[in-house]
Amino acid sequence: MAVTRPFTREQRATIVYGMLVFVLILALLQLWLLTATMNAYLGGDDTVIWPAAGASLLCLTLNVGLWRYLLRMERART
Amino acid sequence: MSRVDARVDTPGREGLTGTAPANLYTPVVDTEDITVAPDGRPMDEQPRWRRDFPIDVPEDLYVARRDFMKFMVLTSLAFTAGQFWIVAQNWLRRRRGVPELKRIAGIADLPVGGALTFVYPQDTDRCVLIRLEADVLVAYSQQCTHLSCAVIPQAERNRLYCPCHEGAFDLRSGRPIAGPPNRPLTRVVLDVRGQDIYATGIELRTV
Repeated sequence: MAVTRPFTREQRATIVYGMLVFVLILALLQLWLLTATMNAYLGGDDTVIWPAAGASLLCLTLNVGLWRYLLRMERART
Repeated sequence: MSRVDARVDTPGREGLTGTAPANLYTPVVDTEDITVAPDGRPMDEQPRWRRDFPIDVPEDLYVARRDFMKFMVLTSLAFTAGQFWIVAQNWLRRRRGVPELKRIAGIADLPVGGALTFVYPQDTDRCVLIRLEADVLVAYSQQCTHLSCAVIPQAERNRLYCPCHEGAFDLRSGRPIAGPPNRPLTRVVLDVRGQDIYATGIELRTV
């Protein structure tokens, strides 16, 4: 049986900082994707629309995965 | 003689193998953990709303970062929704198909250097037709590509001017030459048949 020990508050703060960096980078990437796709769509170029939507969905999946890890970490604490 | 299991997580042997400090599994006491609920029970047993409003700095720092992360994940969701909104809009645009042929005016109605407005392809899409020379006609959407203000043709300055943010487009090509717009105006494809000018389609452009 694996023994798990809840993280200390300092450890949790460090982890949440690290995850925040990733989430912010991914959200910025999504913002850039959205503006670039909108520009292409308004300019009549629809070749990038589906790939950009897929990339944005991938970023969201990663972000939700990180968020779920944070929730699991909180549940392990209680 | 049984073999010694060197793993630290073997039941009953925690902390005894010499690979971890003996206090590894003792509760960690945080000297800054000073939040005490009114009922005296530990914070972990308190309702969610109380845990979300801690009074000690390290816990407040953690909660604030956690909530900011939640906000950013929701922002990420909004960006993804925006991407799929573009997908839906593109699908609707494709479904509308090619705009119909539409007579705009007679050549005699438009003097050289003159301009007139018309709607194409929908009744809400205002466009402007300009006669640059006797046999040179151009037509563009009147919506500025920055924030959709109506552009005004200024033939004497060879430009279409957007008064909202001082934007300007080249009269012959419709490409941006000044101000915030970075996409050319939507061009209306023209066809002169006899003495009449027809709009036959629209050309969206990114550069």
